[in-house]
Amino acid sequence: MTALTELSLAEAGQGLEASDFTAEELTRACIEALEGGRDLNAFITETPDIAVDRAKASDARRADGKAAGSMDGIPIAVKDLFCTEGVLTTAGSHILDGFTPAYESTVSANLKDSGAVMLGKTNLDEFAMGSANVTSYYGPVKNPWKGPGGKDMVPGGSSGGSAAAVAGGLCPGAIGTDTGGSIRQPASFTGIVGMKPTYGRCSRWGIVAFASSLDQAGPLTRTVEDAAIMLGAMAGHDAKDSTSAPIDVADFSAGLKEGVKGMKVGIPEEYTLDGMPAEIEALWQQGMDWLKGQGAECIDVSLPHTKYALPAYYIVAPAEASSNLARYDGVRYGLRVEGETLDDMYMATRALGFGDEVRRRVLIGTYVLSAGYYDAYYRQAQKVRTLIARDFREAFEQVDVLLTPTAPSAAFAIGDKMDDPVAMYLNDVFTVPASMAGLPAISVPAGLDGDGLPLGLHLIAKPFDEVTLFRSASALEEAAGFDARPPSPKGGAS
Amino acid sequence: MSLDKDTVRKIAFLARIRVPAEALDGLSGELSNIIGWVEQLNEVDTKGVEPMTSVADMDWPRRDDEITDGDRATDILANATDPEPGPGGGDGGFFTVPKVVE
Repeated sequence: MTALTELSLAEAGQGLEASDFTAEELTRACIEALEGGRDLNAFITETPDIAVDRAKASDARRADGKAAGSMDGIPIAVKDLFCTEGVLTTAGSHILDGFTPAYESTVSANLKDSGAVMLGKTNLDEFAMGSANVTSYYGPVKNPWKGPGGKDMVPGGSSGGSAAAVAGGLCPGAIGTDTGGSIRQPASFTGIVGMKPTYGRCSRWGIVAFASSLDQAGPLTRTVEDAAIMLGAMAGHDAKDSTSAPIDVADFSAGLKEGVKGMKVGIPEEYTLDGMPAEIEALWQQGMDWLKGQGAECIDVSLPHTKYALPAYYIVAPAEASSNLARYDGVRYGLRVEGETLDDMYMATRALGFGDEVRRRVLIGTYVLSAGYYDAYYRQAQKVRTLIARDFREAFEQVDVLLTPTAPSAAFAIGDKMDDPVAMYLNDVFTVPASMAGLPAISVPAGLDGDGLPLGLHLIAKPFDEVTLFRSASALEEAAGFDARPPSPKGGAS
Repeated sequence: MSLDKDTVRKIAFLARIRVPAEALDGLSGELSNIIGWVEQLNEVDTKGVEPMTSVADMDWPRRDDEITDGDRATDILANATDPEPGPGGGDGGFFTVPKVVE
């Protein structure tokens, strides 16, 4: 029998249903894998006791014939940006030292209600600001995939711990958040599936806020089917989030087996970058051929404002972050550095509590919102955002989905790109435009580069058309047949 | 536009983050690079374009204007540094901060 930790989420669900093993056995196998994989630094907090308790409760429900559905008894990891009742929640930041929420985020509560078993809280870039998981106060996460000569590579970010945990075989699924690519880019770097739903699909209530008009929760899994199952348990309207969409949760798995015959796939010409590695260009072409081979039609489309999405994002996101992060003042929770006056206390707490990248973004955000600069920067960026969304809307009059690369490179070594913020920002050049327009998008593992590191392809769909997104992603997954796995974290091949 | 040291000092105060004097030079360079890079947005003709105010094109429901939460003073104080507990350790406690009125 396949090791329990090697099963996909869907397979694990079937095994539980057929009583091949119990949720407790499955959970204990994952806990053992977590312990063996600690070198990855994927988790900030492990919660084995909670996990075993919930697994036993799931087994008891199942014995009573009351299993809640396909997530019941499935062990998952939770990005440490979701508030979890009674469990330390850090956002990867020193400033939230010791913060233990008295409430549970809606998305993690939905998963809990569906019977999912929380294994622990995963590492991330501080306040989800980063593309390499190197800005965490709790240290960098290692990608389970090694670079040339066994070099330690970044897992991408900001959901790097969640991606490393799933790719490294520590758990079949994890939740992350995606503001400009923070689920999809790490999925591409670690050879797994990462999906960002339409803005409004998942409640943001109880997620530590970074940029409120962009943040969305989503699943990281090893298969497209698993992502569809997991999203079904996460999504839904929530009165506690005023931007949560009052739209029923669809059966996201509905189209998985339908194929892409007759589907129109847009290829945006502006996603060809100068200096893009030839193998990414080639993989993109391969992706078009795969979909055409299954009966889809590829159509060239134009999204003229693509090149302005990233700079507009780096105004909008820091502006919202500077406002959201104003709450960390040392008064009510987290770190406090004493001072003579209240201002002294604020300034000393925030100086010690925020890392370099967070400080940089808070300062940029403060600047672009400050008197005299608001129109020149923030207002102009929001107008450009209107144009970016309009480009997509026009393209979707001709096509059902868009196909692009996920990231402009494979994973790079830990420590690279650290001295040049703008070079680091360019990691998200292909993922940010969909975020700016609030569109659902997914990264599917599609191939390996010359160094044997994974590369993803990226699909974008119309608002709230996750069913078509998953349907096209499933076809891409099947054609790509990506089955490469990283070496086991314990050493040796898995 | 470049952000000189005085501007960085001013926005650091607005953001209530203490920046040591010796870090101002480096930060001024880094922030100027980022601002210089985002200024390519000035090339875009946005005449007559409305700024985006809502990501999704829909009418969001509004909840009734009712109190749905509260009476959780103990929970709220649970994470505070050095809080003053209420009588008998129950409700009625408060956060503490340095003196603000002389």
